[in-house]
Amino acid sequence: MDLFKIISAIEKVDPEVYERLDSRRRVFKHFGMAGKAVTAAVLPGLVSGIFQRAYGQTTSLSPDIVAVLNLALSLEYLEFYFYDKGLNTPGLIAPADRPAFETIRNDESGHIKVLRGALGNAAIPDPTAAAFDYSGGRGSMTGPFAPALVNDYALYLGSSQAFVDTGVRAYKGGAPTLMPNPDLLEAALNIHSVEARHSSHVRTIRRGLSASQSGQAATTIAGDLANLSGKTGRPKNWVSGIENGGPSPSTDPSTAPVYNAGVPASGGPTDLFFPAESNITQANVNIMTNTTGVTMTMDAATEAFDEPLDPATVKSIARNFVVPSSGLFV
Amino acid sequence: MTKLLSPPQEAAEATSSPIARRSFLRYSSTGLALGGLLLAGCDDDSDDMGSTIDVGRDDNGVLNYAYALEQLEAAFYARVQAGDYYKGANSAEKQIFDDLALHEKAHADFFKTVLGSNAIKALEPDFSAINFNDRTAVLMAARTFEDLGVAAYNGAGRYIKTAAYLAIAGKIVSVEARHAALIRDLIGYNTFVGSDVVNLFVPTSSPSTPGVGEGTGQEISKKPTDVVNAANAFLKEGSKLSANNLV
Repeated sequence: MDLFKIISAIEKVDPEVYERLDSRRRVFKHFGMAGKAVTAAVLPGLVSGIFQRAYGQTTSLSPDIVAVLNLALSLEYLEFYFYDKGLNTPGLIAPADRPAFETIRNDESGHIKVLRGALGNAAIPDPTAAAFDYSGGRGSMTGPFAPALVNDYALYLGSSQAFVDTGVRAYKGGAPTLMPNPDLLEAALNIHSVEARHSSHVRTIRRGLSASQSGQAATTIAGDLANLSGKTGRPKNWVSGIENGGPSPSTDPSTAPVYNAGVPASGGPTDLFFPAESNITQANVNIMTNTTGVTMTMDAATEAFDEPLDPATVKSIARNFVVPSSGLFV
Repeated sequence: MTKLLSPPQEAAEATSSPIARRSFLRYSSTGLALGGLLLAGCDDDSDDMGSTIDVGRDDNGVLNYAYALEQLEAAFYARVQAGDYYKGANSAEKQIFDDLALHEKAHADFFKTVLGSNAIKALEPDFSAINFNDRTAVLMAARTFEDLGVAAYNGAGRYIKTAAYLAIAGKIVSVEARHAALIRDLIGYNTFVGSDVVNLFVPTSSPSTPGVGEGTGQEISKKPTDVVNAANAFLKEGSKLSANNLV
């Protein structure tokens, strides 16, 4: 591939192509490659990056937006490598569920592509799988979730649910910051709902496993409000109250903060705040008393609305699953 | 659009209404502007063909748009609960439809209260194309409503001016997505995302290398005008919607 021939060809239809491209030295600086050899392996990514910069992002993003998108990108890496490791752990994921986890892993890969494209040179570098400690050991690799990537499928599913529900809450919490950029907001919303779809499916698998059912038969197992938490809990596809602390409520780290309140936990009807998933008051409206014509339940009132989480709380949850030297979620 | 606008296939076969529907769609898409002009003097409660309820603009427009869709969903699940499919469903599916009915009614009543005097009227649904005694027909219709709701909220976020309302929309859309994924899995396991609703990502390098491939893994959001066209297939004359001011 002769890059300069390509650019020369582009110049015939876009005389401003050279102005769009950085000078050669700056291009390499942006990609953190100063002094490194351009090998065949990195060239495709480099070229697509150059054109992404030239034709992709044309406005610089505010620091607030960059922070929201990079937190999202960090969470996507956390999830991507978790699913990828699971898929590459022989015998861990049930055969009936491999297609689902491949789909989920690939969706996260797509989200990473989208966020990188939006952030341009402001994107954090790929932290690689080495940045993460999925045991919850904060770098020790011996935390309570360690069996999840060895042979404990129920725990793997529990971790999956906790990660993806954290992601759903994080996107929700970040969305208002993106309002000045409607296209980015819509892009983020279009990731957010896919994460919620993932959570729903993982919860179906968990119910099935708790009853030794897999594949389509998993959908025949009802949720159990008296048995929501713990590794073999039977959560619904939606978040009921605080889920009694989620898949692993009494370990350190615990999954309880995934469903608890963030900061601030309360506020006025037009404020942004981050109540626990057990919240039943939306925009000053009490969902229990406001819902008429049906026999409303407290559980349904909490289930009908997911809750956002603030960046600091999201980071405090995710920080348990990275190697401190990664610099992620600080 | 064609796929979205069509009612669930089984239902259409069961009721032989596709011709009427097709002629309505032609009317609503190309004839809407003209119809609106001719009937400008009619009030919103008119049953005349072509009169639509416009959801409005800005925050109230989005809230009414959401209110309309939630009304439709709430009415649908209430109807499901009265049908033979539900009566004979297993305990898991009964629980699912009980929850969906409560969630959607909670959403609809929430928007009605928040909108107050700015709320559009109560809509009259038309579910005549849906066979509520048939499991597949009910699931396919539920999938249509849930997927449409997700695509609608995602596409309307950009029109919201007040951060607190965007936060509310975000709180609801993920619940709709949870619904949609489960309904899809009931229809066919592992279809919680599908190429009809998500721009699926296909790695072109090693799948273990993140971010390299075709597609995005993103939901395919829909514009309000497209969503109301789909929703109108399930609303009676006089309850049909327009969203021409959400731009």
